[in-house]
Amino acid sequence: MSATEPQAGSPALATMLFEAMKRLGSSVLPFVVVILIWQFASLFFPRFLFPSLIDVFWRCLEIFSSGTMFADVLSTILRILAGLAGAFLIGGLLALLMVRSRAVDKFLAPILTLFQGIPALSWVVFAIIWFHGVEFRIFFIMVMTTLPAFTFQVLGALRAMSKDLMEMVFSFRPTRIKLFRVMIAPAILPDILTAWKVNLGNASRVVVVAELVGATGGVGYQLLQQQQLFDMAGALAWTLQLVFFVLIVQGALTLIENTAFRYRAVSERAI
Amino acid sequence: MRDTVTSADAAIHLDKVSKIFGKEGADASYRAVDDLNLDVRPGQMLALLGKTGCGKSTIFNMIAGLTEPTSGTVRVSGRDPFADFDSFRGRIAIVFQNDRLLPWRTAIQNVELGLEMLDAPAAERRTTAQLWLTKLGLGGHENDYPHALSGGMRQRVSIARAFATNANILLCDEPFSALDESTAGRLRAEFVRLVKENGKTAVFITHSISEALEIGDRIVVLKRPAKIAYDVSFDGGTGREERELIRSRIGDVLAV
Repeated sequence: MSATEPQAGSPALATMLFEAMKRLGSSVLPFVVVILIWQFASLFFPRFLFPSLIDVFWRCLEIFSSGTMFADVLSTILRILAGLAGAFLIGGLLALLMVRSRAVDKFLAPILTLFQGIPALSWVVFAIIWFHGVEFRIFFIMVMTTLPAFTFQVLGALRAMSKDLMEMVFSFRPTRIKLFRVMIAPAILPDILTAWKVNLGNASRVVVVAELVGATGGVGYQLLQQQQLFDMAGALAWTLQLVFFVLIVQGALTLIENTAFRYRAVSERAI
Repeated sequence: MRDTVTSADAAIHLDKVSKIFGKEGADASYRAVDDLNLDVRPGQMLALLGKTGCGKSTIFNMIAGLTEPTSGTVRVSGRDPFADFDSFRGRIAIVFQNDRLLPWRTAIQNVELGLEMLDAPAAERRTTAQLWLTKLGLGGHENDYPHALSGGMRQRVSIARAFATNANILLCDEPFSALDESTAGRLRAEFVRLVKENGKTAVFITHSISEALEIGDRIVVLKRPAKIAYDVSFDGGTGREERELIRSRIGDVLAV
């Protein structure tokens, strides 16, 4: 008679693998569904309306492998990052001034609210009328469209800081730099990352509009070329470049969140 | 039994101190402290006792240099803690009512906080913080974040944080009031031992007569707005009967 003993660890490993597959499956599933629907549509519609995704894939590969085309993608990415960085720095500074002085707050808040109501396309028109340099125009548009959101988000984070914790840190008599490093920066970091995530999506939409009208290179410019050629596969491939960029940066921000905020307690019961 | 300390040798000296919140004389103004005189000698453990809202925390904040008195003089080690705020770096430590641990820092990083303000080298910070955590029975929990610690453990970390800077003056604002009686009792005993061992001057705010008798070697009872209603000193030689008399007297004062 032979006894068969269960191998400890194997079922646990299998469960872990199953869970990992389930997680991966649930995050990939929505994309698979969209791809399948598109591909299905491409069988019945003309190529200029719904091109096969295989064509789109080759066009993407062409953009990646061609130096001049990829330079267009990189210039758009740099424009987004420069605009966001500029808006974040200016917005952060304005938020600090607003939180320190009621008078500054009362003066700036209505102006920023007014800016929030101005459509991105209007800023494009203003920039074209006011400025000559293409790069400065785009930088200006990017900053003006994301500045109010950055300012209000940093301002909200500064105001929401715990008074108790602030008082505790103050009791140790910190220098301004140390106060910022040990208290202010970690306290507002979650809101800053959220602000970047939200503004990244906005910026990637605005940059295309800005390039569409006033640039001689970049994803927006290339999209305009595809529209004139009625080339849907090309339009989709160029659009996907921006989508990939946003997904990569969002992923990087999520990674930072997961590392920087591991101190947070996780409730077993979800909202 | 009344304590006699001259202002010159007092570790903490309050002279005719008043604190009014809101504009003086206005309808909305509130007098939290009224013409208070108080001297605490070095090495003394003073328990400030009073009902809720009698101005204990306002006195505490003025000694800590976090609030400015409306009138009168506050001196800690001969200097104004509000005007000379930075000069008290590392000289005053506070244990608050709730632990006030930074949630993004581990237990040991929280204990290191005060030492960071003093620019202590990293290795020294780590050794000192480790020592205090071990003294307070938290060895093995150095790398735990506050959310993973119980209320009692968190309060111990905050006590370790206060002791780690080796400040001469310890200010405690009802630090055990949020804990269960058994944990509070144990921590209280540990706290008294550490204060005595390290020769600190401590001001301990409480609304519990038993806690004041257990902790202080001097009790000051405040009436609203903060003004001394009863001031008594005692020591280890004070007998049980005498302590009961003090308890009863404090009870009478608080009942008024």
